[in-house]
Amino acid sequence: MRDQRLWTWHVLAGLVILVFLGLHMAIMHLDVLLGIFNPGDPHPIAWANVVARAKTGFFTFSYIVLLGAALFHGLYGFRNILFELGPGPGVKRAANLVLTVGGLGLFVFGAWAAWAAGTLARTL
Amino acid sequence: MTAPANVTFRIRRYDPATQQPPAWEDVTLPYTHGMTVLDGLRTIKETRAATLAWRSSCRMGVCGSCGMFINGHPRLACNTQITELGTSLVTVAPLPNFAIIRDLVPDLRPMFDAHAALMPHIIREDTTEMYEPTGEYFQNPHELEQFLQFTYCIKCGCCMAACPTVATDPAYSGPMPLAQSHRYNADSRDGGFHARKQVLATERGPWKCHYAGECSQACPKGVDPARAIQIMKRQLVFDYLRLYKQPCPSKVVAKPTEIKRRADVPEAPAATI
Repeated sequence: MRDQRLWTWHVLAGLVILVFLGLHMAIMHLDVLLGIFNPGDPHPIAWANVVARAKTGFFTFSYIVLLGAALFHGLYGFRNILFELGPGPGVKRAANLVLTVGGLGLFVFGAWAAWAAGTLARTL
Repeated sequence: MTAPANVTFRIRRYDPATQQPPAWEDVTLPYTHGMTVLDGLRTIKETRAATLAWRSSCRMGVCGSCGMFINGHPRLACNTQITELGTSLVTVAPLPNFAIIRDLVPDLRPMFDAHAALMPHIIREDTTEMYEPTGEYFQNPHELEQFLQFTYCIKCGCCMAACPTVATDPAYSGPMPLAQSHRYNADSRDGGFHARKQVLATERGPWKCHYAGECSQACPKGVDPARAIQIMKRQLVFDYLRLYKQPCPSKVVAKPTEIKRRADVPEAPAATI
């Protein structure tokens, strides 16, 4: 049952990445035309635009969701590649542990960074 | 291709009794009209190498015994004409991804073990009706179409030999067992999806399929195991999300009591025996 669960979350994470990475691409490459997310300057990575986006709760939320989805999607794929090398059960258990702990650690650190950036931006 | 005058068979020989690694042996035969690879092997066994071992039975692409690795592709030896290979050099080896028992005989037991584990038979709750039928399970042509092509599988193992995931992952059930599992899941008379899910939802299920599609390319009967595996993945994802509900197995209907012959269908010829 675990493989059914992991595969389903892998697919769902891919959909989340599609939406939020699509949003990122739109902001970075199309917003000169759209003018929705970059109010301060036509250049998307201008300081004023970065601060304006970081102030909004939506972008903090999107950074954290995208981070979680990308980490899960990537690490699950990496786990599949590792398992296709034919490791023994002990190595599989160790790989599961390292990837889970490592992924959670990276998620907590990244989520904290996104939250802190939002908090900092709102003080400016 | 025009038929060659002579055909050289490069055969991979292996005898476990000698403790020697497998080795190639060349035998050249005159080409005969309509010669298949299996015909060549039979001639070699009769005239040149009496100890050569392989499996074959029906000689007409039905039994699935003579799957071999011929000129780099898994094929049925009885179904492969020499002329269609486009060369006078025919390399014949046992199917890859299986252990070798002897010469061209692969050990297919892992494939059939995986096949049996996926319960390739109709599963219903009304077992009394199954074994002592009072009628027929209703199935319309559209329902039949959902699984018909998968019934053409002859379990030759060519798809397993072509699969890159079977080559690397011993836990993966492989295209034949998975396609046969789908064959019964898709059968409107069957109610065994949740029983089979106990195996399909684990690492033996369809998850490791890369969709290389080699299984479907290799199948000598035109079955599309790759399609079955992708459909199964989708069903299992929807099942996890509580969005998939297997239809109730079809109901029992009374046997027809009166048969009316269609006017445009001629009578069958009289029995000769």
